[in-house]
Amino acid sequence: MAHDTSFTNQEFKVVGSRPPRPDGLDKVTGRALFGADTFAPGQLVGRILRSPHAHAKIRKIDTSRAEKLKGVKAVITSRDLPDLTNGNRGNFDILENCMARDRALYDGHAVAAVAAIDEQTARKALKLIKIDYKILPHVTDVDKAMAADAPIVQPHIRHDDKPSNIANVSEFGHGDVDAGFDQADVVIEKSYLTEQAHQGYIEPHACLASVGPDGQGELWVTTQGHFTFRNVCASLLGMDIAKLKVTSSEIGGGFGGKTHVWMEPVALALSRKANRPVKLVMTRDEVFKASGPTCSTSIDVKIGAKKDGTVTAASATLRYQDGAYPGPWGMLGAMTSWACYDFENVKSVAYDVLVNRPKVTAYRAPSAPMAAFAVESTMDLLAKEIGMDPVEFRIKNAAKEGTRASYGPTYGPIGIGPTLEAVKKHPHMKAKLGKNQGRGMACGFWFNFGGQTCTDLNIGVDGTVNLTIGTVDVGGSRASMSLIAAEELGIPYERIKCNVADTASLGHNDTTVGSRGTFSSGMATIFAARDAIDEMKERAAKAWEIEVEDVEWRDGCAHAKGVAHSNLAPMSLKEIAAASPTTGGPIAGHNEVVADGAGVSFASHICDVEVDPETGFTKVLRYTVVQDAGKAIHPDYVEGQFQGGAAQGIGWALNEEYVYGEDGRLQNASFLDYRIPVCSDLPYIDTVILEIPNPNHPYGIRGVGETSIVPPLAAIGNAVSNAVGVRLNHVPMSPPRILKAIKEKQAGL
Amino acid sequence: MPGLHVSTTVNGDVTEFVCQPDETLLDVLRNRLGLTGAKEGCGTGDCGACSVTIDGQLVCSCLVLGAEAEGCKVGTIEGLADGDTLHPLQEQFIEHAALQCGICTPGFLVAAKALLDDNSNPSDEEIRFALAGNLCRCTGYDKIVRAVNAAAKDVRKQQARLQKQARLKKAAKKRR
Amino acid sequence: MLEVSLSGSLRDATDGAASIEIEARTIRELLRKLVERYPRLQSRIDEGVAVSVNGEIYRDNRDVPIPEGAEVFLLPRIQGG
Ligand code: FES
Ligand code: FES
Repeated sequence: MAHDTSFTNQEFKVVGSRPPRPDGLDKVTGRALFGADTFAPGQLVGRILRSPHAHAKIRKIDTSRAEKLKGVKAVITSRDLPDLTNGNRGNFDILENCMARDRALYDGHAVAAVAAIDEQTARKALKLIKIDYKILPHVTDVDKAMAADAPIVQPHIRHDDKPSNIANVSEFGHGDVDAGFDQADVVIEKSYLTEQAHQGYIEPHACLASVGPDGQGELWVTTQGHFTFRNVCASLLGMDIAKLKVTSSEIGGGFGGKTHVWMEPVALALSRKANRPVKLVMTRDEVFKASGPTCSTSIDVKIGAKKDGTVTAASATLRYQDGAYPGPWGMLGAMTSWACYDFENVKSVAYDVLVNRPKVTAYRAPSAPMAAFAVESTMDLLAKEIGMDPVEFRIKNAAKEGTRASYGPTYGPIGIGPTLEAVKKHPHMKAKLGKNQGRGMACGFWFNFGGQTCTDLNIGVDGTVNLTIGTVDVGGSRASMSLIAAEELGIPYERIKCNVADTASLGHNDTTVGSRGTFSSGMATIFAARDAIDEMKERAAKAWEIEVEDVEWRDGCAHAKGVAHSNLAPMSLKEIAAASPTTGGPIAGHNEVVADGAGVSFASHICDVEVDPETGFTKVLRYTVVQDAGKAIHPDYVEGQFQGGAAQGIGWALNEEYVYGEDGRLQNASFLDYRIPVCSDLPYIDTVILEIPNPNHPYGIRGVGETSIVPPLAAIGNAVSNAVGVRLNHVPMSPPRILKAIKEKQAGL
Repeated sequence: MPGLHVSTTVNGDVTEFVCQPDETLLDVLRNRLGLTGAKEGCGTGDCGACSVTIDGQLVCSCLVLGAEAEGCKVGTIEGLADGDTLHPLQEQFIEHAALQCGICTPGFLVAAKALLDDNSNPSDEEIRFALAGNLCRCTGYDKIVRAVNAAAKDVRKQQARLQKQARLKKAAKKRR
Repeated sequence: MLEVSLSGSLRDATDGAASIEIEARTIRELLRKLVERYPRLQSRIDEGVAVSVNGEIYRDNRDVPIPEGAEVFLLPRIQGG
C-alpha cells in the first residue's frame, strides 16, 4: 500500500524526549553479545593468511603440510571459492578481495585460510602454507598511479583506450566557469592532499559461520546490513538466499566499514569444508590492512569572486584513490564539493584511481570531508583576500531553497543558511582567544538516503508491543524506533520492545548506511503502527457492534464518534489486546516501503585551537557543531552523532593517516601507530540541533549520522592558519607538518 | 602443549581453569570462562576494551597471561553490579547516553571504577587522563566524561551516607 | 514532454547528449524509454542510477509520478556510510 509520506507538523508527546535505551542495561553489564561473543558446539577457529607484498603474482600455493598438521580441519584457497559471479563485476571484486586468485593486489590481501581446533594450531598451520610469489612493481600514491608509466593494478580497466589506473571520470556542474573567472576581481587557486584514514571502529570484524553439506547455513556477524551480507554471501557460495540465515550481532561501531563483505565468505567456505562451525575474527592488524579505509586524495580548487563577495566561478579537479578496486568515491567527492553554495558557474571533475592498497569503502559521508577540506580552506583564503568576514562571505553565497545544486537538482527547504546564521550568533564566536590560538569555521554537506525497509509490529495480549525492525542499530536507533511507535500508538515508551530481526524473520532491509536507519525504519514504523491501529479500530467496532467508520484512535484508545455512541467508554489498546483472541486473533501491523526522499543535510562547525610553535602540536580548545536534524527523535543520540563525527574529523585532521613504505607495505597497522583521539585530546563538544523539517517524512526526519565528519578538517585548518599564520594544505596536520610550515614561513620561503 | 592449571578468584568466586602457557587472560576469560564482557579491540594494549582489575589494579587483560592470574583476585565488568543494584557508573552511563555502540563501555566502566575507587572527587582533567587508555570511536568522549562526573557525585554521596551511618553506630554504642 | 538532464559520467552512454527530450509519466517509463533510445544506458542502469524529480532524489522507487514540466536529472547511484 502506498502511504502519504509528507510532513504533517503534528504535535509530539514522546518523540523528542530522552528515555533510557532498551539495550543499555545489557551493554553496561557486559551481557550484550557482539560479533566475537557467541560460541557454537564443536566450533573451530579460522585464520587467514595474507600477502606480505603490495603486488605479486601467485605462482603456486602448497597447503599440503598445513593440511597434515594435527588439529587442522580445513585449508582453503581461491579454489574453494570458485567464481560463480556470472559476469557480475561488483560481486567478482568482492570475491577476489576476500581471497586472491592469481595475483595479490595489496599488502594484506587474503591468499589462503585454515580452520583448526584452536588458535595455536591455526596459527601454526598458516606458517606451514608455502606460497611462491613473483613480486610485481606496485604503486600506492594516487598522483603517481595516474602517470602513463605507472604499474597497472587491474588490467581490465581502460581509460582512453589504454590499460590505466583511472577507473572512472565523473563530471558535474553548470554554467561557464571560464567566463565566470573572467568576471572575478580575485581568483585563488590551490592544491591539497589528504591522507588515507580508517573508520577505526573498536570492534574488529567477527563472525561465526555454520554451513552443512545440505546447503543450509547460518551466519552470526557484526555488520551494518545483514540482509545485504546474506545476498552477497549466498551468491558467492552458490547457496539459496532463503537457506542462509544471517543474524546481526550487536555492532561495535561501523561508520561505513561494516557495510562491506570482507571475510565472511571465507568463514562460510571453511565451515562448509570442515562441516563444523567456524569462528573467524580479524586482528587489529588485519582490520587496518584488509578492511576498507577511506580514500587518500589530491585535489585542485579554483574560486573567483568579485570584491563585494559574490563568487563568479568555482572549479575543482579531484583525484581519489580507491585502493585496488574501483568505487564511486571520486564521483561522490565531485558531487559534494560545491553543494553548500549557490554558484552560477561551477564545475567538478573527479577521477577514481586504482592503487595497490586495500579496497576502499564508505567512511561516514564518504568522500565529502576531503572535498570540503579543499573547498572550505580556499573559501577562507578568498574571504581574507577580499577583506570579508568568512561567515558573512559564506552566508552571501550559501545555497537556499530553489538553488540549483552543483550536482544537478534544485534544493527544497535546506539548512545551510540557518546553520551559518546560528554560527554567527553563537557565543563561541565572541569568546576571547590567547596567544598562538586561533578560531576557524567550515561548512559541510551530505545527501542521506532511504532505501528498502520492512517492519513488523505485534501486539501481545497484555498490551505490550514487539517492534521488529531490519535495520541494524548502530547508535541507539532501537530507542528512537520505540519512541516513534509509542507516539503513534499512544502508549508509554516502556511498553514497547524493539528487536532487530534476523534475515529469516523479516523481509529485506537495505544496509544501514547514508544515515538511513532512523529515517527509513522510522517511516516504516509509523506506517506499521497505523496499520495495527486500523486493525484495532475494527476490533473495537466489532465489540461495540458499530461501524468502523464511527471509531477513531486517540491517546492510546479507540473512541466511538458521535452523540449516538456517547454511552460507549473509550476502549484502550490494552483492553482491545486482551479481547483479541475472541475478536479475530492476534493483532499485528506491517509495512514495507522504499523510503526515498531522505533530505539533504548541512552543518557548520566552529573550532578554537592552540598551536605550540616550538613543536607544531595542536590542541583543540573548544568545538561547536551546528547541524540540521530535520527532527530529533531522541536528542541524546543526535547529539552523540554530532559529537562522534566531529571527534573522528578532528582525529583525521590532526593525526590519523596510513603510512606506506617504499616497499608498498603499511607501516602503522596498529592503534599505537595509527593514533585516534583519546579522552585527554578532546574538549567537550557543544552541539546545536536545528530542526528544519524534511518535507518528505511525516515527522520531518532527516538523516543525522554523517554530515558531522565533513567540516572538521577545514575548520581546523582554518583555525591553525588563524593561530600561527601558516596555511596547511596537507591533512593530517600533524606536528611535523605544522612545524615545517612554521619554519618555512620564518625562513621567508 | 600441556595445559597449566590455575586457581584464582573471579568477581569473588573461586575459579579454576586450565590454559596454554601463551594464552592471554583475556582469552581465558572469554573462551574458557564464558565472560565475554571484556572485549578484544586490539590485543596489543592500545584500546582498553579488555580492561579488568587484578588485585584491584587496572590492567589490559590482553597483555596478561592467564597463568599470571594464579592466586589473584580478578575483577571484570560482570562483577561491577551488586546483584540487581547497578553501580552508579552503570546507572549514569545509561542516564547520560554515554554509549553508542557500547563495545568500549565495559572497558570504560572498569577503568572509571578504578579511578573512583582511588579518587571519588576527580577533576575533568583527571577523568580525561585516567580514561586516556580507553578508546571510544563513537561518542567523542563528551557524554562519557559527563557520566563519570555524575557517578563520582553519587559515589561521594554514598560514601557520606556510609560515614554518617558508621558515626551514628559508634555514638549509639558509646551511649550504651 | 520532459527534458531529462544527464550527469557527466552517464553521457558516454548517450553519445554525449547532456539533455534528452522524452515523454514519460513515471520514473519506470522514463528509464524504459531512455534505454529504447540509448541501449547502452541499460548497463549503467543495472549498475545503479538515481533519478531526481524536482530536486528530490529517488534511488529505488520507480513508481514516482513525474509531473508535466518537472526538472529531471539522471544521476549515478550514490551510497553512504
Ligand atoms: S584488547 Fe587489550 S588493550 Fe585493546
Ligand atoms: S560507544 Fe562505540 S566505541 Fe565507544
